[in-house]
Amino acid sequence: MKVIEVHNLTKTFGSFTAVDHVSFEVAEGEIFGFLGANGAGKTTVIRMLCGLLAPTSGKGSVVGYDVSKKAEDVKKNIGYMSQKFSLYEDLSPVENMELFGGIYGMNRKQINKKTEEIIKDLGLTKERRSLVGSLPLGIRQKVAFAVSTFHSPKVVFLDEPTAGVDPMSRRIFWEMIYRASDRGTTFFVTTHYMDEAEYCNRISIMVDGSIKVLDTPERLKNNFGAGTMDEVFQILAGKSKNQVQ
Amino acid sequence: MFHIVRDPLTLTIMIILPILLLLILGFAISTEIRNTPFVVFDQSRSAASSKFIAKMDGNAYFTLVNALSSESDLETAFHRGECKLALILPADFGDNVPYREAVDIQLVVDASDPNEGSTLVSYVQLIAAQYQKELIGRASAPDLIQIETKMLYNPQMKGMYQIVPGMIGLIMMLICAYMTSISIAKEKELGTMEILLVSPLRPALIILAKAVPYLFISLTDVALSLLVAYFILGIPIAGNIALIVLLSLVYTLSALALGLLISTVAETQQEAMVLSGIGLMLPSMLLSNLIFPVESMPIPLQAFSYIVPARWYIDGLRDIMIKGLGFKAIVLDFFILLSMCFLLFFVSIKKFKNRL
Repeated sequence: MKVIEVHNLTKTFGSFTAVDHVSFEVAEGEIFGFLGANGAGKTTVIRMLCGLLAPTSGKGSVVGYDVSKKAEDVKKNIGYMSQKFSLYEDLSPVENMELFGGIYGMNRKQINKKTEEIIKDLGLTKERRSLVGSLPLGIRQKVAFAVSTFHSPKVVFLDEPTAGVDPMSRRIFWEMIYRASDRGTTFFVTTHYMDEAEYCNRISIMVDGSIKVLDTPERLKNNFGAGTMDEVFQILAGKSKNQVQ
Repeated sequence: MFHIVRDPLTLTIMIILPILLLLILGFAISTEIRNTPFVVFDQSRSAASSKFIAKMDGNAYFTLVNALSSESDLETAFHRGECKLALILPADFGDNVPYREAVDIQLVVDASDPNEGSTLVSYVQLIAAQYQKELIGRASAPDLIQIETKMLYNPQMKGMYQIVPGMIGLIMMLICAYMTSISIAKEKELGTMEILLVSPLRPALIILAKAVPYLFISLTDVALSLLVAYFILGIPIAGNIALIVLLSLVYTLSALALGLLISTVAETQQEAMVLSGIGLMLPSMLLSNLIFPVESMPIPLQAFSYIVPARWYIDGLRDIMIKGLGFKAIVLDFFILLSMCFLLFFVSIKKFKNRL
């Protein structure tokens, strides 16, 4: 089953085309890496898929709902986490989970059950009642991940979820993604770390608003005769019109 | 050193604000009172009394708005807020004054602002003296026209009567608008707004949810301010408490809506602070009749004062609290605040949506 289907999705701001006829599909349970240099149009695609921004033309559907017509239904079925780890810093991890559980319409019982599950699963027992503002970045990122997946969304959008986090925490973070993916959650991840890109099932690389390549990391490396994903990325991003030579 | 030109906001504040403040404070704001509306009850209807009334009206300080036909109309005129001063000329004015016999005239003055009240009295005394000089060539005592003054609403001429309702208006604006705008700008800065926006919550609900706690705290503040005013400062609350609460509710709501509107524009807490500081505090302080009478300001500033919520609230609060007037007196204030409230909420929700 295809969880995300995008066909000729386009977004223009005035005369600037941020996203130019982008098409791709993401299967259920897949970890889809969405790469591209800064300004390539990644965030614009994510915002359209999350129902935050209306596409200029083309079609996009998430969990079967059209993003421009059924934004409300899309929002109910997705999770979202950005590099800011947007949590209420003056609330504890548990309170943050309770708040967002409530926002997504879960009842008290479901919230309590899920909270205990997640706390145990992510090893947050010690920090459950401390204020988020006082926690180290790595822990905060765990909590943000827990909040974004709290309402058991079918798809989770992770927008540079590991920016500024140390390698150890990044590893732990990817382990969390894998575990959730095994349970059938689909992940749509953007990142600038090419080692992380290798962890994805499939990768697309965006240059100047359109997707240049889309395949598994292995095949991409073979096609470009490159040893690492980093090399593949350098070759493609180097072709950008916006690139300073 | 020219790096500062890259920061237009700071530059604008530093260059434009002093000029603007100087112009407003220097030009427009004076404690001089002009065009005070007054009514007259002329019992003598003589050439001499008409001349005296014409002299009052012809003066820049006063404008005649109504000639009353009975003493009972007097109360209505004050209650409607039609006039700040009433002149009662006795029946023997026309018989005595031309023959240089002294008369007693009665002056009723709205003294809810005691400074303004006593200034008005001294203006009338001056006009009476000029009138006497023109008539008999002598302005000095003994006075031909003896003025008997009745200070309405505030017989002890306490300055606090005027200031306290005004301060409550100012403080409420500060607390409600300032704090609300900062709280939403903070969510934008920290990124929590982003996850609220990707959630299925409707924008209007997010805005209302942010406003509700502030509304409760603000209303508590109003109650506390009134308690302090009554028990510690000794200001009598002449009017109906329920009416004060009602008026405060719409005012607080409009202040909250203003805060929300600012927060839809401001991206950071700092921006919200500057915008609400300059954009709200200054007009609320200067154009609300709090300290300086708006009537004596240039027309453009007077026009601008009509869109300042504090002006209407302070006016209404004084009417109820100090003058003890009923709903009729604040009908205009109330409905203007109510429509501001709806308009501001509508615009901020609209603007908030557009930002998605």
